[in-house]
Amino acid sequence: MTETVELPVSREHGLELLREMLRIRCFEDRCYRLYGETKIRGFLHLYNGEEAVAVGAMRSLRPTDAVVSTYREHGHAIVRGIPMPAVMAELFGKQTGCSRGRGGSMHLFDASRRFYGGNAIVAGGLPIAVGLALAQKLLRQNDITTCFFGDGAVAEGEFHESLNLASLWKLPVLFLCENNLYAMGTALDQAQAETDITTKARAYRMAAQPVDGMDVLAVETMVSRAVDEVRTGRGPILLEMRTYRFRAHSMFDPQLYRDKAEVAQWERKGPIITLTTRLKALGLMSEDDYERCEREANAEVDAAVQFAEASPWESVADLERFVYAGPVA
Amino acid sequence: MPDPLPDSRSAMSYRDAVREALRSALIADPRVFLMGEDVGRYGGSYAVSKGLLEEFGADRIRDTPLSESAFVGAGIGAALGGLKPIVEVMTVNFSLLALDQIMNNAATLSHMSGGQFNVPLVIRLATGAGRQLAAQHSHSLEGWYAHIPGLRILTPATIDDARFMLAAALACPDPVLLFEHQYLYNMEGHLTAGLEAVNLHNAAIRRAGRDVTLIAYGWSLHKSLAAAEELARTGIEAEVLDLRTLRPLDEQAIIASVRRTRRAVIVDEGWRSGSLSAEVTTRIVEQAFYDLDAPVVRVCTAEVPVPYAKHLEDAALPSPDRIVAAVRTVLESSGSP
Ligand SMILES: Cc1ncc(C[n+]2csc(CCOP(=O)(O)OP(=O)(O)O)c2C)c(N)n1
Ligand SMILES: [Mg+2]
Repeated sequence: MTETVELPVSREHGLELLREMLRIRCFEDRCYRLYGETKIRGFLHLYNGEEAVAVGAMRSLRPTDAVVSTYREHGHAIVRGIPMPAVMAELFGKQTGCSRGRGGSMHLFDASRRFYGGNAIVAGGLPIAVGLALAQKLLRQNDITTCFFGDGAVAEGEFHESLNLASLWKLPVLFLCENNLYAMGTALDQAQAETDITTKARAYRMAAQPVDGMDVLAVETMVSRAVDEVRTGRGPILLEMRTYRFRAHSMFDPQLYRDKAEVAQWERKGPIITLTTRLKALGLMSEDDYERCEREANAEVDAAVQFAEASPWESVADLERFVYAGPVA
Repeated sequence: MPDPLPDSRSAMSYRDAVREALRSALIADPRVFLMGEDVGRYGGSYAVSKGLLEEFGADRIRDTPLSESAFVGAGIGAALGGLKPIVEVMTVNFSLLALDQIMNNAATLSHMSGGQFNVPLVIRLATGAGRQLAAQHSHSLEGWYAHIPGLRILTPATIDDARFMLAAALACPDPVLLFEHQYLYNMEGHLTAGLEAVNLHNAAIRRAGRDVTLIAYGWSLHKSLAAAEELARTGIEAEVLDLRTLRPLDEQAIIASVRRTRRAVIVDEGWRSGSLSAEVTTRIVEQAFYDLDAPVVRVCTAEVPVPYAKHLEDAALPSPDRIVAAVRTVLESSGSP
């Protein structure tokens, strides 16, 4: 089972975690509105409810470690350190976006932060993570690759093939499954004969553990241990983050497949409420602290939106740029 | 008891037409079933199968895990085993995870077994760009699939074809891929009165004209019709040919139209290099070279993975403006009609 022990926390540390989660939450809430205003287009998958995973996980990584993500990756990108203005500009399709307007919400990239992208093909990132880790191992870099993917990805052959390869070759991959119980409208138990994802990893002789993905402190502790272990070179680890998505799958989803009551129940144990309740109970923060953190996060989002608005469009003359890295003719 | 089918003359969307096609097929033959990701509880990712789970039950509207290779392969097996599966692969982009099953199994089994086995499987896929979904969700790979012997490739572009091609596909003893352009689902129209079936053999002239033939399919058909409208204002009469079936191609219809108009512009959302448009061009050159008054011109997607930003995506895709410009080039290179 997931660990239920109350982990120790200081005021400073607690507030920092809160701030990071609020940065994502405020960013996502603004994206929702901007979609309504048609500033953001295409598919938009929001991360509300899952903030503790990105925030808790990313802190243990070094700048030289590699990160592979999914199409629900705004949170991963932001806490990895991609500047919020560059992320927002990408969602606007602007030249200043972190993928120069070519990728949009599902394809955020940043080479300098070794962020190898949002991938819009479910499970498409797992084999890439295995390859990055192979390079890290062969080049003796002492870096690791962290690979985010959803519970839906577990049904794909690429999940199984990648886990096996990573384990067989003892590669430094940390597989982080964000199990939010649904793949679009398909509940985990409608898709999997065995719903315990850690069992599947063990079938490939990989260490695996479930984690309460609503508890940012638990995520932080478990990932930190796992990262240290993976870095020793003894092989990959899988952590199953048990979490929940508060909003619709994308902007086109009327959510026929789940009850409002179920969503409300999960919202009551959401990552931000869980942390603030604990910090308040320990006398480590006040409502004022919360409001200040939220204000700061919103100010950062405001600035990002202003930057995106003011940014130029990529010139149409450059449409065919970047298809090849080298000269073509 | 299922509800009666709606009056075939009432206005409907392309989406409704596909849904009615599915309903009719499910009602007509108990061996028919639909399976794919989120076809049931979610209601279909494009809301095509909305309500069908309630009407036909979970055995016949079968939600699958995210396992394209496995459920397409299972569709092949079910077809071999005597059922009539309709497999929905949410979009052509994800069909690449099932490409091995489609190409190495579905397309080969009849021939490889010396005709002992056949695979009466229908695969439905949404295709195409135009919704700012970026490269991995904007492919138009129907031309690729048309490369493969053993498959039949359909591209319904009208309400009539959306409504009736499925039944014709199910009547086929071979694997059929039915490409529904994602941009067309919201298109509204009327079924042709009295129409009860369509064939899969003939391309269709959607607009008659004498000056140039626009050859298109899918969403490009509608862009071509818009271009023809625009050209008509300046006295140029374009004929618009809807290919409907990309494999086998209705070569006769293509050649007959080009012989009449003596000029051809091919509009294809696929990339130009090594493409369906290249195939159509070659057939024209092989068979009607001396009937041409001008070189064939193609309007295709720019040779880039389709970008997210709207202005870049628009610039990458065929548009009525680009088609009009191409027609003018063709006319100039042959002297005005
Ligand atoms: C190979 C593939 N098949 C289907 C899809 C369509 N699709 C996009 S997201 C999704 C659900 C994935 O669920 P999960 O992995 O649990 O991630 P979550 O959205 O819950 O974060 C589906 C079916 C896709 N993008 N890629
Ligand atoms: Mg999920």
